[in-house]
Amino acid sequence: MKRPALMKKGAEANLYLADWHGRKAVLKRRLPKEYRPKMLDEQIRSYRTIHEPQLMHEAKKAGVPTPIIFLVDHKSTTIVMEYIEGKQIKQILNEVSKSQRQSLCFRIGELIGRLHEYGIVHGDLTTSNLILRTEGKIFFLDFGLGDKTKELEARGVDLHLMKRALQSTHYKFADECFESAIMGYSTVLSPRTSENVLEKIKEIEKRGRYVSERKERE
Amino acid sequence: MTKKRAEERYCLGIESSADDFSVGISTFNGKILANVIDAYVPSEGGIHPREAARHHAEVASKVLGGALKESGVKPQNLCVIAFSQGPGLGPCLRTGATVARALASYLKIPLVGINHCVAHIEIGKLAARTKNPMTLYVSGGNTIVAAFEAGRYRIFGETLDIALGNCLDVFAREAGLHQKPGLPFGAVVEKLAHGGKQLIKLPYTVKGMDVSLSGLLTAAVVLSKKGECGLEDLCYSLQETAFSMVTEVTERALAHTGREEVLLTGGVAANKRLQNMIESVAREHDARFDVVPTRFAIDNGAMVAWTGVLAYTHGTVTPIEKSQVRLRWRLEEVEIPWMQ
Repeated sequence: MKRPALMKKGAEANLYLADWHGRKAVLKRRLPKEYRPKMLDEQIRSYRTIHEPQLMHEAKKAGVPTPIIFLVDHKSTTIVMEYIEGKQIKQILNEVSKSQRQSLCFRIGELIGRLHEYGIVHGDLTTSNLILRTEGKIFFLDFGLGDKTKELEARGVDLHLMKRALQSTHYKFADECFESAIMGYSTVLSPRTSENVLEKIKEIEKRGRYVSERKERE
Repeated sequence: MTKKRAEERYCLGIESSADDFSVGISTFNGKILANVIDAYVPSEGGIHPREAARHHAEVASKVLGGALKESGVKPQNLCVIAFSQGPGLGPCLRTGATVARALASYLKIPLVGINHCVAHIEIGKLAARTKNPMTLYVSGGNTIVAAFEAGRYRIFGETLDIALGNCLDVFAREAGLHQKPGLPFGAVVEKLAHGGKQLIKLPYTVKGMDVSLSGLLTAAVVLSKKGECGLEDLCYSLQETAFSMVTEVTERALAHTGREEVLLTGGVAANKRLQNMIESVAREHDARFDVVPTRFAIDNGAMVAWTGVLAYTHGTVTPIEKSQVRLRWRLEEVEIPWMQ
């Protein structure tokens, strides 16, 4: 493998552009964090390196596109995976037309629905972790904070985090985007389940600090 | 009348959202002339809102007089009265608001209601001379990662349940520790943590850019009641785990937005270990690191006075009839015209 070039310095990992036997690949290395104790740091990095590819694999079974995993080395906390040619949803969501935006969010919602239906929560549903591949498929990345669970609570938090990410990064369209996503989501999960998840999101919001939802009760 | 220069115009700010009653005075060009704080220390348990409010009412005139004396400003030379309108504890906020309304009416000068969270960010920016940072605001009531974007402070991450300061306080209380005036629970835990050597495994919960601290608190309290772990080790482990979590989400927000400045503000910002962690992350991402000075880290009137100046000079005035306190006033709801 050629010496990889640093592509992106993320929060928890460095991404390098690499060559995997003639295929364009991404090398994701979780580097030690000097701010936290060594033992805690090693636990976190090792856990996420092992779990991320497992969840990515499971996601494919659920019908959600994720990059192909080429190599996992938990000693150097490194994953080598397929490079997805395309654009981050974060970069395009504010640029496209309203109907395109709605259709994108609807499809994202459908895919989240498939993950949840299969028993996976993503754990970090920001628009920088979603890639629209050139030919139109939406890929999910960064399963490091994900989990295998069908709990209502975990599903609710997953969608709540997505709503919050939309509000901070796409504040102009946050509400319509989330609404479209929920519409897509509801086509996959049974109406009763999606209704329960929506109720759960409200409950989670009420639990938070100074949330407008809570004002109604005062 | 000739228009006075900024350094001769003054705003008096009143802070009373939780356990501190404080009055600060700021000039219109950001010089803090007074910042008098009187803390309510409960004899047992946490902050009882009504008891805290009673304390505030008792010390109000003493603190107010102290601030005026310290600044050398005569009441008739004040231009505007600012007060913490929310978020916070109802009875406490109402006491401060009552004092503010009375002062503004008596002096016939405008009243400005300030969002407490905005004030913590603004005083940090003023003291550190930083312009547009990614801010980690950690206190007894709040744990927020926010940055300015298109007219408002947008929340990138926050706690899904309890605040970081609250987590440390409740643990300390449950572990049988005591706070004293000038030595709050956070400082007691920090001191004990210095002696800790062994890292005890505690729940580490990061969800996207949010954290959840209630599970960590429960686990730490259960371990302390069992009495199998040393208190120093527990304090150390609680701090290391909780601080690692908030540091991780701050780093996520930093990497997500590519900001070049990081500001640490709020009461827990006084903790040296947390400062080291956030500084380390800032260095890693080539961002400048600043921390609010301790006297402005805890709840204080100076931050309200300075934010009052910013708001008032950008056209914000709160008529008495709209000055009711707002217990759950979210940071994101506030328009920030002075950042345009």
